[in-house]
This record gives sequence, structure tokens and C-alpha cells, in this order.
Amino acid sequence: MSDNDAPIVLEAKGITKQFPGVLANDKVSLTLRRGEILALLGENGAGKSTLMNILYGLYHPDQGEIWIKGEQVTLHSPGDAIARGVGMVHQHFQLVPVMTVAENVILGAEPAGSGLHLNRREANQRVRGLSQQYGLSIDPTVEVEDLPVGLQQRVEIIKALYRNADILILDEPTAVLTPQEANELFRIMHDLTERGVSIIFITHKLKEVLAVSDRIAVLRGGRVAGTADPKTSTEASLAELMVGRKVILQVDKDEARPAAPVLTITDMQVRDDRKHLAVKSLSLEVHAGEILGVAGVQGNGQREFVEALTGLRAMEAGQVIIAGEDATGKLPRYITELDVAHIPEDREKHGLVMGYTIADNLVLNRYYHSPFSRRAVLDRDEIAENAAQLVKQFDVRTPSIYTHASSLSGGNKQKVIVAREFSRPVKLLIANQPTRGIDVGSIEFIHNQIVAQRDAGVAVLLVSAELDEILSLSDRVAVMFDGRIVKTLPIEEATRERVGLLMAGSEA
Amino acid sequence: MTTASAPGNRGNGARWLRQIWRGISVPLVAVLLAGLIGAVLLQISGANPLQAYGALFKGAFGSPEAIQRTLEKATPLIFSGLAVAFAFKAGLFNIGAQGQLLIGAIVAAFVGFSIEGLPAIIHAPLALLIGGLAGALYGAIPGALKTYTGAHEVIVTIMLNYIAINITDYLADGPWKDPSPTNIVARTPRIMPSAELPIFGNIPLGFIFALVAAVVVWWVLYRTTLGYEIRTVGLNSSAAQYAGIRVARTIILAMAISGFLAGLGGAVETQGIVFRYQPGFNAGLGFDGITTALLGKTSPFGVIPAALLLGAMRAGASQMQFDAGVAKEITDVITAFILFFVAADVIVKWLIRQRESDDEQVVLSKGWGG
Amino acid sequence: MELTAPTTRSAATGWVFKNKWLLLIGAIVVGAIVYAYATNDRVTVAVLASTLRQSTPLILGALCGLIGERSGVVNIGIEGQMLLAAFVAFLANVYIGNLWIALIIGALTGALMGALLAFMAVTLKMDQIIGGTVINILAVGLTGYFYTAGLVTKGKFAPISLGPLADIPLIGPVLFNNPPITYLAIILVFAVHYVLFHTRWGLRTRAVGEHPRAADTVGINVFRTRYINVILAGAIAGLGGAFLTLEGVGSFERLMTNGRGFLALAIMIFGKWTPLGAWAGALLFGFLYALNTQLQFSGVGLPPQLIGSLPYLATILVLAGFVGRSRAPAASGQPYETEG
Repeated sequence: MSDNDAPIVLEAKGITKQFPGVLANDKVSLTLRRGEILALLGENGAGKSTLMNILYGLYHPDQGEIWIKGEQVTLHSPGDAIARGVGMVHQHFQLVPVMTVAENVILGAEPAGSGLHLNRREANQRVRGLSQQYGLSIDPTVEVEDLPVGLQQRVEIIKALYRNADILILDEPTAVLTPQEANELFRIMHDLTERGVSIIFITHKLKEVLAVSDRIAVLRGGRVAGTADPKTSTEASLAELMVGRKVILQVDKDEARPAAPVLTITDMQVRDDRKHLAVKSLSLEVHAGEILGVAGVQGNGQREFVEALTGLRAMEAGQVIIAGEDATGKLPRYITELDVAHIPEDREKHGLVMGYTIADNLVLNRYYHSPFSRRAVLDRDEIAENAAQLVKQFDVRTPSIYTHASSLSGGNKQKVIVAREFSRPVKLLIANQPTRGIDVGSIEFIHNQIVAQRDAGVAVLLVSAELDEILSLSDRVAVMFDGRIVKTLPIEEATRERVGLLMAGSEA
Repeated sequence: MTTASAPGNRGNGARWLRQIWRGISVPLVAVLLAGLIGAVLLQISGANPLQAYGALFKGAFGSPEAIQRTLEKATPLIFSGLAVAFAFKAGLFNIGAQGQLLIGAIVAAFVGFSIEGLPAIIHAPLALLIGGLAGALYGAIPGALKTYTGAHEVIVTIMLNYIAINITDYLADGPWKDPSPTNIVARTPRIMPSAELPIFGNIPLGFIFALVAAVVVWWVLYRTTLGYEIRTVGLNSSAAQYAGIRVARTIILAMAISGFLAGLGGAVETQGIVFRYQPGFNAGLGFDGITTALLGKTSPFGVIPAALLLGAMRAGASQMQFDAGVAKEITDVITAFILFFVAADVIVKWLIRQRESDDEQVVLSKGWGG
Repeated sequence: MELTAPTTRSAATGWVFKNKWLLLIGAIVVGAIVYAYATNDRVTVAVLASTLRQSTPLILGALCGLIGERSGVVNIGIEGQMLLAAFVAFLANVYIGNLWIALIIGALTGALMGALLAFMAVTLKMDQIIGGTVINILAVGLTGYFYTAGLVTKGKFAPISLGPLADIPLIGPVLFNNPPITYLAIILVFAVHYVLFHTRWGLRTRAVGEHPRAADTVGINVFRTRYINVILAGAIAGLGGAFLTLEGVGSFERLMTNGRGFLALAIMIFGKWTPLGAWAGALLFGFLYALNTQLQFSGVGLPPQLIGSLPYLATILVLAGFVGRSRAPAASGQPYETEG
């Protein structure tokens, strides 16, 4: 549907943006034509989000020009961008959880009613209308926090359409979706372009880029590393353009040599924060020396499952045996003491104390042990020595062991957690989303560490929403859907298609 | 986190001096600016600022007795400031230091007047300890209610402040009332001489205890596993749970320790200054603990200069009122502006062209959510 | 909270179902009042009228607090805002001699303090607990420094009888024969409720308090929204302060707010950041105060100080027993950082 004669609707010329310590955008230029899907590809930290936030008026460029529909513009705020038809679906949804869908949609552009009064009925009608028009099936009266993420994303799209956006920026929209849901999104995107909407689609997933885009621009280190035509590109060529060197897309590992079971879970049931049953009946077994990957779309009970397993959340029913000990309903410390390492899903919430130094973070669940403390008195020298050694061994890039965790990059934060968890004897490793949102270098490093643990005889339970990560690391794949493990497959039988279908709830 | 978070930073002398300057430059400039604003206010209300400040200084530091007065005024503030700061480290806002201090004060008075024949070496510390423990118990209540029922500690401590006033009023006018025939007011009997805290030269023993308390609080917070647990809970209770720390127990314990410090403050006031419990004599000392803790940036060692500054202004205020005819509340106005400039350090740093420090600040207000 | 209520229920029965405890308590309260009135009408009217009077400064303070927090600014300076407004309104009454002008000046004083809080919290991004504390100390200092004993006012607001409404038994003398600030407080409860939950401004305010970045991304000016809300809230606290000197006591005393600003904060949390909930809390508190006076007056066997603890003890029990964990606006207390 794109053709190179369509008028240019948006153009960035020589955009430069400097943050303290980083040049996020360095003379970036790109164009977007009417009715096309432009994929903006780049790894985390390449400057994609910065550029989009500039086009949406959230950041202000230090240098460069923005042209929208043939007119040079200065965007002081998102309001300016919205007024010119730019809409954005943020990677982290910008929705108020305690408000309804309709309230979120109309926020800031409420329908003109009788004076100050908020016309909820009209708002609901307009949202229902948009939802039907684009086949989005959204109930306007539901509170956003009750919606699954996939539907929350559609609320974001409706928000933009409600504001008559004809230039849509989608920032990593598929990160939270199943392959099937992603396909549905791609259908919606194509519908939109047919109606004259132009889309910038930001991602780091190569397959998607090749599947949906009309044109590809690759960003690396804040610069445009090149542009590509999806018809003539391959995953490997795009990956090289994106990272700047040849990338091995497959993790190199030997055959697993599984031994006795280390973790056995039978019929686990767990409730979520809203008291709904999130894990309905979960049974699985992980053996020493193997990696069991749990695939599944976010929000199918993985978080509650892992939290219950590690003692962070109460269990409703079921039994957990770790290394022969009954660990059902035990406190986190008891479970840690069974030589269980846990890389938590949310590293900033559970994994690290941002206000602590790296040194203090590195003893977070061992501070009460010798040599870090004796008779309840901390030994600062031992803590410092431990930190110095681990920072070196795990290649944490930091000016000092006394740097606060908050000032590290995502990848280095994750390395601190990995260093802490791997620096003691481990029988069972529970890794939940271990590489979410970090750079390729750190991903490779952490993947290799996980495989090394497996080879050393550790039982590894890997939970990830990234199908690629599951498929490249696991020895067996368990698919989680709606609070259950619906199928466990040996890696040889776990094809993308089959796992994808299972993740969407259809039996394969 | 402003102190002691970097124990390995042992640089050379010049760097050390620069660190000290970094630490004191902002408060120093804040005091000067606040003083300037106070002077303007004095001038427009018809007073002579120089004369007033001169009298204030004389009243606070002009003689050994003045210095003693300053130390006496600073002592309870150090304790209540430490109490509030300690709770902040655990992520708790203890508005209830006032109530805990009153309970500590009256219980220490009771131990002080009701037991006869103990040697001073036992009686005085016993009264202090039991006063402190009473405060601890009173402080543990909001901690326990928070962890077991979710009742917010801010509401509960506010309510407990009022209840403490009522309890102490009742005791001082009822069962523990001074029975001597000359007494017509609500107050307890005078404590035994053996329960009094002595003064060495012009330095009250209570002040020395306060300094020791600050060192102990620092040590507990930064050198013990308990302190590590408390600070972890305060900075990130989810991570604390992950680390296997029992968050509920830690919160109750932190509130109890905070209450213990406040209770000690009350006991020291009773045994060193008032020598009995009399309603109204400790008014506001606990609330001033909030000011002291904030002024000291919630660090145990920051609390000491903050309390000395506030104590000096209080000690000098009567002299100023007497010599210059200036109402003593001007010192409150100055205090408000000192706190303002210390907290708004962006303004001060811009004024003295100092670049932003990379210290991690403790976030005090996190909303009341839970 | 019923989480499993079927969604098929109609709106009306759904409301009844959701609020069944509230309705039950309401019915008991009404029943008790009618019974009390039948037994002793004079005392009942006195207690209820006193309840309303006692609750007025508290609800005004609580409204101030919740408007601020709904927009994301924690205000522990209500006490200071009320104290200074009480003092300035008092001075205006003394020197100008017009109660209405004094009332407006009191509200403006509160608004000015609100502006100071907004400046500290929004512009300087100062810690909001410190900002509120600055206001509290400043108010104590300024009122103490400029206070001179022996100033005489030209009276205080008298009750305004609302004609025939005031003649209804029980309800009339309690509700329709009050001085102006008491009426104003009741009107403000409903006005703030309407504005917060049924207007554009309210929607935007709540969005700013819950998720300022989301509000920013749809073009809402977070700073401006917070400034306006905190200033208006300050004016309401100012009315609460003016109540004390223009309607309640009629003169000024040092520290006369006596912790009402902090109580208001507690009532705000108690009412879960809603005007109607806060009003219920303020009335409960006012009622316990009034009851307390009545109990001391009628000489129950207990010492007065212990009866005096009743309202506070009851608050703790209600909070621990029934209210439990409460959820503050998510962004309350956090300065908003625009990026880039």
C-alpha cells in the first residue's frame, strides 16, 4: 500500500539530543510517507525512544528540525504534537489504572458538553463507536487496571484515534503480546494505513520488522546506522546493522545431562493482589543440569507463580519440594537457605535497593552470614572485598563499588543481581525475565552465565515472555496459559508456531 | 544516606576539607540567609536587628550559664530528633514523638519519686531506662497497628499524641499528683535526689547521653544487621521481603526504638531539668523533633548541630526579649527559613556556585498509601 | 469491599449492595438520633448542633488536604495555613471591622500559604513533608511575633436562620440555623465532590495525582494543575482558620488551632481521600467531641481526661477495625520531573 510518491507527512532533520553523559540522538534524520509503516529498529539504548519522545513533544531537541505535513514545527509539549495529528502509544502505557477506559481516552480532550460538566455518556458512546469502527472490541466503562495488557494497548490506540491522529508512533508494541495477539495488532495497523494513517513502528524484534514494515530505518548508538528494504533484507543482515558486528542469534550450548529432580511442584494454586486465582493448578518438575523454560504471555500467572515459589506470596494450595525438602509456604529466607537463587522479574522493585551502594546490594540476602557479619555486627571490609571481587568477575561497569545502584544502566543492574545470586552454592536457579530491557552485550553475558550454571549441575527454571529467549536457552519448554502449564515439550518439538499457539490457549 | 554511606572514602587532607565544606556550606549559607530575612522583618516591625541578634547570641553563648542553657535546650531535641530520624530510616513518619516523650517523662518521674533508698548510680539510670521503655511501648503501638491492620502510622501517632496528653494530665492530677498540702496544681512530686542527672561544670549529663545516643544510633543503623534490615525496609520494602527480612517485625521494632529514643528524651528532661512531671512543661518538644530531624537531613550526626542551633535560639530568645524587647517567636520564623533554605538547597547551591552533590537523598514523603 | 459482586446487577441495586454497610450504619445512626430526640430533645439538639460546629474546621482542613493530594501534593502544613489565616482574619476583623471582608482576607491568607507550598513542592521540588513543616513553623512564628494581647474584635458571625426550614423539629435547629462558614463548609463538601468526580477539571486533577506522566502526554500541564489546586485548597484551609476567629471563638489565641490541621489530615486518610468520606469522618469526630462535653457535663464516674481521650481512641479503633489499608493517590508526594 505504500508507494514512494505518497506525500511526506513527517520529517526529522538532523535531530541531536544530549543527556547528561549520553548523546542519545546524533544528527538523526528520517522521513515518513502517508500510509506507510516505517519500522525503527535498534537495540535498547540506541536512541529510538528518545527520538520518538522528541517527535511527540515530550523532549526538546538540542538541534535539528521537525517538519509535519510540509510545515516546520516546534513542539513545546505533547499538546502541540497532538494538535498536528501525532499520536503515540508508549512502551509503558500512559494510562491511569484507577480510571475507566472512556475517562482515559477523553482525558485532556473531554467532549464539549454543558459547561464544566463531564459528559460520561457521550464519552462512552464515542469510545464505543471508535472501538467498533476499527474492530477493537473495548468496553468503555471498565476500569483500566482490570484489563489485560493486550487490551490496555488498544485503549492507547483509541486514545490516539480519538484525537484524530493520522501519524501514529508505536513504541515496542509487541513486547507484551503473544504471537497471535501481535498478528492481530499487525492487522489493525494495516487497517489503519488503508485509511491513510502513517505509522512509525519501533521494535528490536527482527522477524516482525520483516513481516509488517514498508521501510526500515536502523538506529545504533544514537545515529542512523542505515536504512533497509524489508524485501531484500534478512534477519542476519538487520542484526548486524543493529549491533554493528556479527551476532550469533543462537546460544552456543552442549547437550543437557539432566539428573535427579531438584524442584517438584504439585497442584499449586495462588491468588493475585485482587484475590483472583491467578495460578489455577500448576505442576512441574525441574531436574539438576537442565533448563526448563516457561513460555507464556505476560499476565498468565507467571508472576504469582514465581512469587509463591520463592516465598514472596502466600500459596493457596499445592506442594513444593526443593532438593528433597518441603518448601511449601515457607518464608523467602528458608527458601534461599535451600540454595535457591532467584533473579526476580522486577529488578528495581525486588532485586535491588536503589538507594544502596553496589557493595550493600551484593549482600542483600547474605548480609546475616559470616563473613559479612558476626554476632549481628556488619563487617564493612568483608562486604567491600566481596563487592570488589564480584564487580570484576561479573564485569559490572561502575566507577566504584560505592556507587548507588540507581545510577547503573539496566544491564549493569541486572549483572549485580546475577553476581549476587551466582556467587554462592546454588542447587536451583529461578530466573524470571532475566534479560528484559537490557543491551545485547549484557544479554549474551547473562545467557552464557545461565548455561554455565546448568552445565555445573544446577536446575534452572527460566520464565520469560520472550519466546526467542525460551527457545534458544531451554532444554524443555513448558507453556503457561491461564494459570496452568498446558504442555511441556522437549526442545526439539518446540517450534515457534506450536509454542505460539499453546501460548494463545489453543491445544496443539 | 548522606553520612556514612561511603565508608571507603578515605582521601587526602584537602579532599577531606572539601568534603567538610560540602557538608556545612549549605546549612551555613541557609542560616545566614534566614538571619537576613529575620533582620528585615525585625527592621520593618520597628526593632533593631543588630541589638536583637546580639542579645540572642549573648543569651545562647555569652556566658558559661548561657552555654549550659543552650545545651539543656538542645538535649531533648537531640533525642526527639533522633527518634524521628530513626523512624524515617525505616520509611515511617513518626509524628508521635511528642506522645512518646510525654509518656517517657511521666514514667521516669514516677520511678524517680516513688522509689526511695536506691543509690544514685542505680536510681537515675533505672528511671531513664524505664522512661525509655515506656516510650518504646507507646511507639510500638502504631507500628503494630500498621503491620497487623494497615492503620496508617501518621493517623495513629497523631491520635496517640492527644491520648498521651490526656493520660499524663490524668496521672499528674490523679494517682500520681503531688500530695503536699501546698500544691494546688496538677504535677507529680519532686523526684528523689538519687534520680537526678548531675551537671558537670556547665555540661549537663543528659547532653552527654544525647551525644552518646547519636553515636549509638549511627552505629546501629550502619554497622549492624538490624540497621541494615531497617534501612532496607525503609528504602524498598519489596526488596527487603525478597532478602528474607521480616518486614512486619522490623517495622514494629523500628517504631519501638524510635519511641525509646523519644521516651529517653522525656526522661532526661524530667531528671535533668524539671525534676518532676508537670503538664505543659514539655509542650512541643516532640514536634520539634520533626524540625530537628529534617534540619539534620535525617542523619544521626546531622541531628546534633540542628538541635544545638535550635537550642541556642531558644536559650537566647528570653535574653533577646528582655534586652531588645523582641518577641521570642521571631526565632521560629528564622527556623522556618533555615529549614526552607536547607531543603531548597538548589537555591543555595546556585548562590554559592556549588555543583549538585551525588548523594542519594532519603525520600521522606511517599504518600500515605501503606 | 465486595470484589466478586456479579456485574449483571442493575446500577441501583449494585449501589445498595456495594454500600450495604454504609446504609446499615446510616440507618442505625438515624434511628439512634430519633430515639435520643424522643427521650431528650434539648440535649439531642445541643449535641448535634455542637457536632456540626466542631466538625466545620476539621472538614475544611480535610478538604484542603485531599484536594492537594488528589493533584499529587502532600500537605502537612494545613495546621499552619489555618493558624495564620485565623490570625490574619482576626486582625482584619479588628482593624477593618467587617466580618465578611475579614473572611475573604482569611481565605486569601490560606491561598497565599498554598502558593508557598506549591512553590516549594512543585517548582523547587522540595520534599513535601519539609515544605509543610516550613509552613507550620512559619505560622507559629509569625502569629506569635505579631500577636499583641488585648486586641478587641467587633464581634463574630451570628447564626443565620433559614426561615421556615429552621422551624422543622430536630433538623431545623441543627442544620438550618448556623453561622455562614458552617453553611459554606457543607456546600464545599458537595462542591468539591462534584468538581473532583464530575467535571473536566476534576478528571484532570485526579489524573495528575495518579499518573502525572500520563496526564502530561495528553497535553495537561501538570505544574499548573498542581499550583491551582494547592492554592484553592489553601483558601479552603484559610476558611477553616477564619472559622476559629470569626465564628467559633471570636478572638485569637496563640496556637489556637491546637492540632486541628493534623486531625484534618487524619480525617482525610480516614475518608479515603473523598470529600463525602472525609465529611463522615469529621462528623464522627465532631460528634465524639460533643458527646465528650456532654459526658463531662453530666458527670459520669470517669475522670474527664480519660473521657477526653474518647474521640482519639475511637478513631484508632475504627481505623484499625474497619477502614484498614487505604490507597492514596499514586503520585501523591512525588515531585514531577519533566524529562529533556
